[in-house]
Amino acid sequence: MRLVAEGLSAKRGEDLIFQDISFEIPRGEALVVKGPNGSGKSTLLRVLAGLLPAETGTAKLVAAAQPVERLGEACHYLGHRNAMKRELTVDENLVFWKAFFGDFSGGAGISVDEAVESVGLRGIVHLPFGYLSAGQQRRMAMAKLLVAWRPVWILDEPTAALDASAEAMFAGLVTTHLARGGIAIAATHQPLGLEGVRELRMTGFAGVGEAVW
Amino acid sequence: MIALLARDLKLSVRAGGGALIGVLFFMTVVAVIPFGVGPDLNLLSRIGPAILWIGALLASLLGLDRLFQAEREDGSLDLLLMQETPLVLTVFVKCVAHWVATGLPLVIASPLLGLFMNMDEVAIGATTLTLLAGTPAITFIGAAGAAIAVALPRGGLLVSILVLPLAIPVLIFGVSAVYAAIQDPAPFLPPFLILIAINLFFAVLGPVAAAAALRLSSD
Repeated sequence: MRLVAEGLSAKRGEDLIFQDISFEIPRGEALVVKGPNGSGKSTLLRVLAGLLPAETGTAKLVAAAQPVERLGEACHYLGHRNAMKRELTVDENLVFWKAFFGDFSGGAGISVDEAVESVGLRGIVHLPFGYLSAGQQRRMAMAKLLVAWRPVWILDEPTAALDASAEAMFAGLVTTHLARGGIAIAATHQPLGLEGVRELRMTGFAGVGEAVW
Repeated sequence: MIALLARDLKLSVRAGGGALIGVLFFMTVVAVIPFGVGPDLNLLSRIGPAILWIGALLASLLGLDRLFQAEREDGSLDLLLMQETPLVLTVFVKCVAHWVATGLPLVIASPLLGLFMNMDEVAIGATTLTLLAGTPAITFIGAAGAAIAVALPRGGLLVSILVLPLAIPVLIFGVSAVYAAIQDPAPFLPPFLILIAINLFFAVLGPVAAAAALRLSSD
């Protein structure tokens, strides 16, 4: 399984945000997208997830465990917003997403209890999501990645609002995911604590750096 | 899909869900009519079915703008859009949940409000039955409007304006079916069957239109 992107470019309104981005990520590897604010990191990730149309180019999953029509079907997307309902308890949120996502073939999600354990927040699943602190909410949003299996994780600023120990915890989650044969793409300013990852440096309008290995 | 239905129903009864707002509005509108029109019982019973229908129509429009906006605000909409599940089906299930939470209470409340309007049993029964058959159509039409206005910060009124012209046939056939039931020469079944047909028609078309609008609106 490989994620192949060829000649991607995207527009916001009339402006070209980036153009001609190509990369290839084999299974078990991660790509970190770096660059200053406004250089198009989030846009690139949303294009990959299928939430924005690409102006040119394609991104697809080659030799996946099941045929995918759109790349997004094989992805978890963790955006700026946590996609959890404030009015429901953490448990209800996670149980819903687990049932709604279902597993992509080639893996299985872990149970809600185990996922909450993995993000280190056992014992507060009965609270409404809105009662949690920003950091706890972010951690619970990460638990959402674990309850259903998706080979590709698309992470937009995953460690915003997290403390140092939580960042280490998250790096552990990503490493485990990669070890299971997954792929991760993250846009971030902080070092994720991952070893041997590729970097894609976005330089702003219509310019792209090359991948640093 | 069952999970989505259960979640939306849970959300509608939790704080801020607003399941009861519609029915409260419905009751308020209908309850003030007798004060405005005056104590003419014959007049009240004559306009009663129409008032109930108009009240139910406006009350159904009330909560529609939140159908997708709430999902968009917390980022859930992105994840709903990405899944392998056809988006049309997701939208359909959300509509069903929305109708059960906001439309069904209107149907249940309508017999009580029929008493306010001095309607007899046949008229009350016919109104309840036509509301049961007609309000889902309003939700399905409304879903398309809600999807178009999802990215607008104050889309509520816009949704109502977009949806209202399409909902007029529902109102016409709903009210005419009730009048056909209480006035002898006109047959009840033809307008009622057309109402059901409109309902089925929009049950297909509404989610398709809404899904297309949601795909285009993502940013």
